[in-house]
Amino acid sequence: MEHYLSLLFKAVFVENLALAFFLGMCTFLAISKRISTAIGLGVAVIVVQSITVPVNAVIHQYLLQDGALAWLGLGELDLSFLGLITYIGVIAAMVQILEMTLDRYFPALYQALGIFLPLITVNCAILGGSLFMVERGYDIAESSVYGFGSGLGWALALVLLAGIREKLKYSDVPDGLQGLGITFISTGLMAMAFMSFSGIQL
Amino acid sequence: MEYNQRKLLFEPIVDNNPITLQILGICSALAVTTKLAPAITMSIALTAVLVGSSVIISLIRQHMPSSIRIIIQMTIIASLVIVVDEVLKAFAWELSKQLSVFVGLIITNCIVLGRAEAFASKNPPWPSFLDALGHGLGYSLILVSVATIRELLGSGSLLGVQLLPLVEDGGWYVPNGLMLLAPGAFFIIGLMIWGLRTWRTQQVERAEYRIRVVHRTDAG
Repeated sequence: MEHYLSLLFKAVFVENLALAFFLGMCTFLAISKRISTAIGLGVAVIVVQSITVPVNAVIHQYLLQDGALAWLGLGELDLSFLGLITYIGVIAAMVQILEMTLDRYFPALYQALGIFLPLITVNCAILGGSLFMVERGYDIAESSVYGFGSGLGWALALVLLAGIREKLKYSDVPDGLQGLGITFISTGLMAMAFMSFSGIQL
Repeated sequence: MEYNQRKLLFEPIVDNNPITLQILGICSALAVTTKLAPAITMSIALTAVLVGSSVIISLIRQHMPSSIRIIIQMTIIASLVIVVDEVLKAFAWELSKQLSVFVGLIITNCIVLGRAEAFASKNPPWPSFLDALGHGLGYSLILVSVATIRELLGSGSLLGVQLLPLVEDGGWYVPNGLMLLAPGAFFIIGLMIWGLRTWRTQQVERAEYRIRVVHRTDAG
């Protein structure tokens, strides 16, 4: 249990996908102008990330890994080079299925999240989560925790930045820094604050 | 249709840079720039994928049904990235380890899909080639400059060659550790955007709110 808690804590704070690995920066900078839209996108990312990372872990473990096809009698086969194209396919399909399910059964939620779901397919935080899972060799339980934690960390950073930017509107920023420039510098300061979590072990 | 070839190739380098103006492809620009060598490798890899995917997509643009074009584009890009990834693993194993997941993340690099969608799916191969090359060079320019600043100030070396003798080796330079950490990358790009927009003032964004002194009329 402790192992999973510490994995969750690490994924949310210490190895924050947005602030420590710079993943999903394009959407991060584009959708952080208002808190309400940031919360919508954040929830969508948590949901998609918690589904796709474990699903990709299952596929990696039972289909693609070196020797994973031994149950078919094809033990010498190594399909891991197909990883990238499979993961992005799984992500695109998952997003599509999620969109259709929400539309059919939870129309209210679909109204709120609908516009963000297509954006998520090309969000590198989602693909990055799956690739880190493969690189670090998480098993299925670990990858479920990691998927949820990394999504939560990304959403947290997004909502925090949106809060800062709402306040920034009223400040007198030098012309050249207006917009993108000052956003980068505030994100940098935020990343510095998150660095104080490093080294904490649960 | 006439194309201004020079404009297609050179405009994205400074005037319409994908990173500093269009906010595309920032993830890798920040992540792989602690050292110059991985930054150069990444620039070459991205430019190769971008040029390849743009030309292929432009060649088949008239046969692609628009309802499934995104997934076709993703498949083409993903296949090219796999090729680049395997080539790197075969010939530059050390660099490929350093770049870790970021070569794979070229698939979701918004520059690649953005150019495919905005330019290559509407234009013939030759202009698409120039446009892709221009955007690749614009991206590489930022990546290489950020990496130069970070490696030189952060560890006093360039491409692994020690230029500024470090204090711990008996020299005089105290390395600035911030440059090697995540926040340093954000600060450098922020300051670069500031510099670029001071030079090219037409790139300045308009403020949503302007604070100004409003004079009250005493009579009212």
